[in-house]
Amino acid sequence: MSGRPSNRQHLVRMAGLFAVGISAFFVLRWLMVPDGFGLYGHYRAGALDEARARPVLYAGQAACADCHGDVVAARAGSRHARIGCEACHGPLYAHVQAGGEKKPARPDSRALCARCHETSPWKPKAYPQVVVAEHSPAGPCLACHKPHAPKMS
Amino acid sequence: MNPERREFLLSTGKLLVLSATASMAWEAMVAGQPETAPNYTMTDHWWGMVVDIEACIGCGNCVRACKEENDVPRLPQYFRTWVERYRVKPDDLEHPVVDSPNGGYDGFPAQEKVDPDAKHYFVPKLCNHCAHSPCVQVCPVGATFESPDGVVLVDQSYCLGCRYCVQACPYGTRFIDPRTETVDKCTLCYHRITKGLTTACCETCPTGARQLGDLKDKKDPIHQFLREHHVLVLKPQMATGSKVYYNGMDGSVR
Repeated sequence: MSGRPSNRQHLVRMAGLFAVGISAFFVLRWLMVPDGFGLYGHYRAGALDEARARPVLYAGQAACADCHGDVVAARAGSRHARIGCEACHGPLYAHVQAGGEKKPARPDSRALCARCHETSPWKPKAYPQVVVAEHSPAGPCLACHKPHAPKMS
Repeated sequence: MNPERREFLLSTGKLLVLSATASMAWEAMVAGQPETAPNYTMTDHWWGMVVDIEACIGCGNCVRACKEENDVPRLPQYFRTWVERYRVKPDDLEHPVVDSPNGGYDGFPAQEKVDPDAKHYFVPKLCNHCAHSPCVQVCPVGATFESPDGVVLVDQSYCLGCRYCVQACPYGTRFIDPRTETVDKCTLCYHRITKGLTTACCETCPTGARQLGDLKDKKDPIHQFLREHHVLVLKPQMATGSKVYYNGMDGSVR
């Protein structure tokens, strides 16, 4: 065993080097790459669940219709029939979860109606618009119009 | 080098590379399916949206609902969706007058400047959820990605806040959240659409100017809308594969 090493020794040394290199690779990879990375693509798969975990605030029309069938019926056929309840009444998931408690505040009709119906050249021509200051200088819109079926008979 | 030895080295090397690859694949397999939402299979959906400019009245419901639902900073430079107001001379499409006071959050109060010769319309904007997103391509760490159901999302815990994607987005839909110093953008209400609800902006749009659509669902009304209208996407020349389809848009919008 003097001078140059035997063939066997060459192999053992090299196998050792490989083993060290490969284990270092796996240890580093385990330390640095988060769980689920690369499962669907070049990103952490868990991020999808995190995006889903955000709480819902707007309950959706179906949840409103579950309890408020009378309002759905009142709106049927009117110009406002297809507007989501939460478009005017605000986010109501908490109200649904509380079984009808946590009632929303009644919307301020004058500000709310004007937001959609104040005249503006940017709005589509066929869309019903009024100059609120001329149409009704004072008083709530609700004095004449029913918001769930706004056309006056 | 001895030929036998070279062959031995080559085959050992190949074996090692193969086993390393196999172990990586195994690791990915045992990591398990992260899909925990019941009744929702990502590969069954491919989300997009229709925006009908001819129906938009600029009420700002979408902007307010989006900020509420997604806890977007209530400051006038942070929006996941916003509404622009266009005034265009019909013979000069290249120079529209565009503004968006507070992103449309307060609606658009009556305005004095009315030009009877010009055409006027609102353009709601949001992330276009591109199928080939420039923002995803530039992210150096894989913190933003196209999900298997076609939604471009951000991994907040992985984002470095380097702002490459903010610059890369041709539609200006990304911003740095000042509270976290990470990037934020429209998620197409991923937490809602995976539960069978529509997005907050579509839920509150009074005229149906915004409609979420599942392009993989043959029964979704979006297909009929796309068949019956001449829709455009924003900046088609950039080949981003945008999935927000605008009806009634002309060349002045960018």
